[in-house]
Amino acid sequence: MQKEYLTVKEIVGPLILVEDIEGVKYDELIEIGLPNGEIRQGKVLEISTDKALIQVFEGTSGIDIAKTRVKFLGKGIELPVSEDLMGRVFDGLGKPMDDGPEIIPEKYLDINGNPINPYARDYPSEFIQTGISAIDGLNTLVRGQKLPIFSGSGLPHSHVAAQIARQAKVIGKDEKFAVVFAAIGITFEEADYFISDFRRTGAIERTVLFINLADDPAIERIATPRVALTAAEYLAFEKGMHVLVILTDMTNYCEALRSVSAARKEVPGRRGYPGYMYTDLASIYERAGRIKNKKGSITQIPILTMPDDDKTHPIPDLTGYITEGQIILSRSLHKKGTSPPIDVLPSLSRLKDKGIGKEKTREDHADVFNQLFAAYATGKEAQELAIILGESALSDIDKIYFKFSDEFEKRYVGQGYDENRTIAQTLDLGWELLSMLPKSELKRIRPEYIEKYLKSKSYALD
Amino acid sequence: MNGKIIKVSGPLVLADCMHDARMFDLVKVGDKKLIGEIIELRGDVASIQVYEETAGLGPDEPVISTGKPLSVELGPGLIESIYDGIQRPLDILMEKTGEYITRGVSAPGIDRNKKWHFVPSVKAGDSVRYGDTIGTVQETNPVIHKIMVPSGVEGKIEKIIEGEFCVEDTVAVIQTDKGFKNITMLQYWPVRIPRTYQKKLVPEIPLVTGQRVIDTFFPITKGGTACIPGPFGSGKTVVQHQLAKWSDAEIIIYIGCGERGNEMTDVLMEFPQLKDPKTGDPLMKRTVLIANTSNMPVAAREASIYTGVTIAEYYRDMGYNVAVMADSTSRWAEALREMSGRLEEMPGEEGYPAYLPAKLAEFYERAGRVICKGADSREGTLSIIGAVSPPGGDLSDPVVQGTLKVVKVFWALEDKLAYRRHFPAISWINSYSLYLDNIHDFLKENLGEDWMRMRQEGMKLLQQETDLQEIVRLVGMDTLSTSDRLILDTAKSIREDFLHQNAFHEIDTYTSLKKQYRMLKLIMMLHEKCIQAVGEGTPIESLTNLKIREDISQMRFIKEKELNKFSELEKRVDEEISQLTADNKQQAEL
Repeated sequence: MQKEYLTVKEIVGPLILVEDIEGVKYDELIEIGLPNGEIRQGKVLEISTDKALIQVFEGTSGIDIAKTRVKFLGKGIELPVSEDLMGRVFDGLGKPMDDGPEIIPEKYLDINGNPINPYARDYPSEFIQTGISAIDGLNTLVRGQKLPIFSGSGLPHSHVAAQIARQAKVIGKDEKFAVVFAAIGITFEEADYFISDFRRTGAIERTVLFINLADDPAIERIATPRVALTAAEYLAFEKGMHVLVILTDMTNYCEALRSVSAARKEVPGRRGYPGYMYTDLASIYERAGRIKNKKGSITQIPILTMPDDDKTHPIPDLTGYITEGQIILSRSLHKKGTSPPIDVLPSLSRLKDKGIGKEKTREDHADVFNQLFAAYATGKEAQELAIILGESALSDIDKIYFKFSDEFEKRYVGQGYDENRTIAQTLDLGWELLSMLPKSELKRIRPEYIEKYLKSKSYALD
Repeated sequence: MNGKIIKVSGPLVLADCMHDARMFDLVKVGDKKLIGEIIELRGDVASIQVYEETAGLGPDEPVISTGKPLSVELGPGLIESIYDGIQRPLDILMEKTGEYITRGVSAPGIDRNKKWHFVPSVKAGDSVRYGDTIGTVQETNPVIHKIMVPSGVEGKIEKIIEGEFCVEDTVAVIQTDKGFKNITMLQYWPVRIPRTYQKKLVPEIPLVTGQRVIDTFFPITKGGTACIPGPFGSGKTVVQHQLAKWSDAEIIIYIGCGERGNEMTDVLMEFPQLKDPKTGDPLMKRTVLIANTSNMPVAAREASIYTGVTIAEYYRDMGYNVAVMADSTSRWAEALREMSGRLEEMPGEEGYPAYLPAKLAEFYERAGRVICKGADSREGTLSIIGAVSPPGGDLSDPVVQGTLKVVKVFWALEDKLAYRRHFPAISWINSYSLYLDNIHDFLKENLGEDWMRMRQEGMKLLQQETDLQEIVRLVGMDTLSTSDRLILDTAKSIREDFLHQNAFHEIDTYTSLKKQYRMLKLIMMLHEKCIQAVGEGTPIESLTNLKIREDISQMRFIKEKELNKFSELEKRVDEEISQLTADNKQQAEL
């Protein structure tokens, strides 16, 4: 028989302090009975001999000192899992939110998970075709990677993420595939965009949704990505599925983390975020990957909005140190009407080298990638120079590059949200654009590939 | 002695009734016997940092002190291992508990059952003391493991036997003042205490890394220290991997401290495949990996760099050149900060504890060139190369500043260069090395008298280029004098043909000192000839478009065995330029 305590002593922000307790463990789940009969959940943040500091997920409004009852459940937060999770909608703590029945669990899993032994990991090397040239061609995504989208307020990151979720596949294979979607403190409209997009394309059948909206309790957000990843781990490593996890928006998660830290009066790190934020974020992001001798995989696409488009803000900064690259959206491209507005130059996929080339994509991929990159960078520099000195000051070759980078943005990057390109189409388009340049400029491509793939003047300058 | 938990807060546990405990004693915490270390004592209350996840721990659970500080096991079997931050072998943990690291598992750092062939190098009746080699074991093909007399033992060899032994078997008996002492191949050493040596020396020999920008412009010595700070995406880890692969140290200790799991997997899969350019054996045969990834317990991350450096010192004491790569020390400092915060210490800069610079200095001072303990006065070196990940790439970060105060080499990574895909993205303007004077004699002897001068000249050109580019940006190329334009040409060639190096190309990934010398010499020779030609009235355009420049851009792909090809190229530089000058003169006469 579990004891209930009536010994709440302090309520500060999202935290309550309970005294005269015994047998309580660190990180334990608790139930809080409010005077009006409502039940809330919380977890133990700190415990000493007779005192426990508790974080309440649904917030502390309405909790009083005299009549609130606290029950310690003797276990951590657990998620009931079974294959029936697919196609269902849950709240941020994993309780069903749609009209469907309760999940009949196959088992209960602790949402904190355990760290994967680095020795047990398998290196991600399987190419995922997203159908987006700027990603497939230049910042290739592979199975088991964690590749965040760095966005800003008002930029169409939802469209990009939805497009990836809709189009992602591994060429030549028909395997069990699932999407786990966690909405972390986003607005109803944004969440609705995803849900109706999943419905429209029929993807909802193989999707698990966890929804914590902007008006839901902020502290619950600390659990939401963990709940989602627990579901993903179950589907991937126990049911052998390839799971794509979309976490949006991690900025809201970090803010919730900061508010708990502030309530605990911890020494703040940069911009008031707690000093352990790196470790905390790592415990989420590092749950992506592949495991030796297991069929499934977890590929993570966290989305975060950079406050004031600042990449050095602690949230994108720490994220970039943990994830394997980043896709950066550009406001100026967006304003120019390029969609998706992926800023190719500062974007990066660290795992691309092992995912491209012969038998994965195509033998010429790495060379074309290098050449496009170099040419676009040169073109961008020429454009900057033209702003200062005027276009007439450019040399002839710079003028060609100038034009190249314009075309590149328009045709290669700006494909729109509905076009789904195969990798061959993406590579061929790359060659087509490169044919704008004199052959002698293609220094980074092996001569035999130029011979084989460059269709001279298939694309004429006007 | 038994204590009791009175408080749990993340990785920090407080226990009372710990009156006999000493600072930094290793303790077993709770019913699950989690491993922890005492980091503060007040009365009989001990603060313990726990190296494993503490969820589920509660007051009144027992705490048992082992009475010993956190130590590593040293002996044959270290090489080719992969450990977590407190020397638990990850491959054994996987056999025991599966793909995830669960709590309360323990496994010895060194395999107890593996047999090694021990060959004595002393005989009965010989006098030995601390540090003397009594025998050897062939640990892997390139590594001969010396079995040394442990600290505190001195006397006459009573008995010593050749044969197959496990690490705990007695291989020798020494008669000491206090009676007979059995010697095994297994030793312990507390990680936070540097291993002792006879004398420290000034490092004088470069650690050749095969990376041109490093060896030529910002060299590090065997026994030296270096740091690589840079924002994310600037290629810190690739540089660290390159150094681990190609530097001419005999033993490599790679510490993945709070970094990505997949990166460690990359090392684990790649190192057994790659061949050491010197011995031809797989690189793994000289490597020890310490992997405490970012999602593994934070306190063990704090310990991981000490575990790594202690193992490194042990091999240094055998007389090896050892290099430690720590990626990244920022994560280690963050672990310190987290523990400091939980101890409610007064924070210093950016919330880091005030003793951070002292801790950093202590760590880097464990590097050096030393005369080891032991009668033969062998020499060993330990080099430390630490990556730093400052927030936003901001070099005023306390970890960067604390590190720069103690290290002698600074390789500044710039994201600007990385965006241009110039790798390694080490800035030639901001980086420095303070070892140039130390290694001067060595390079003069091994490469040539003119090496230092050429290096200096090259550096000057790069510096001038930066200034000139400023002018070009403001008023355009046309205003530059011909000699300035030549400087731009040559600097560009140094950048693109020399400094830029492709880590993923089989030949370009490693360049010997000899080849670096020939490459730089060719570029500088062309530069001098061009200046001469311009002086004689040859137009600059024809010099910019010389055919030889194409060959220079391909010279990085010349194989190490075919370095005489450079002589041909040098001859062609001569020919092409004299041809040009002659043509020009002829035209002028007409």
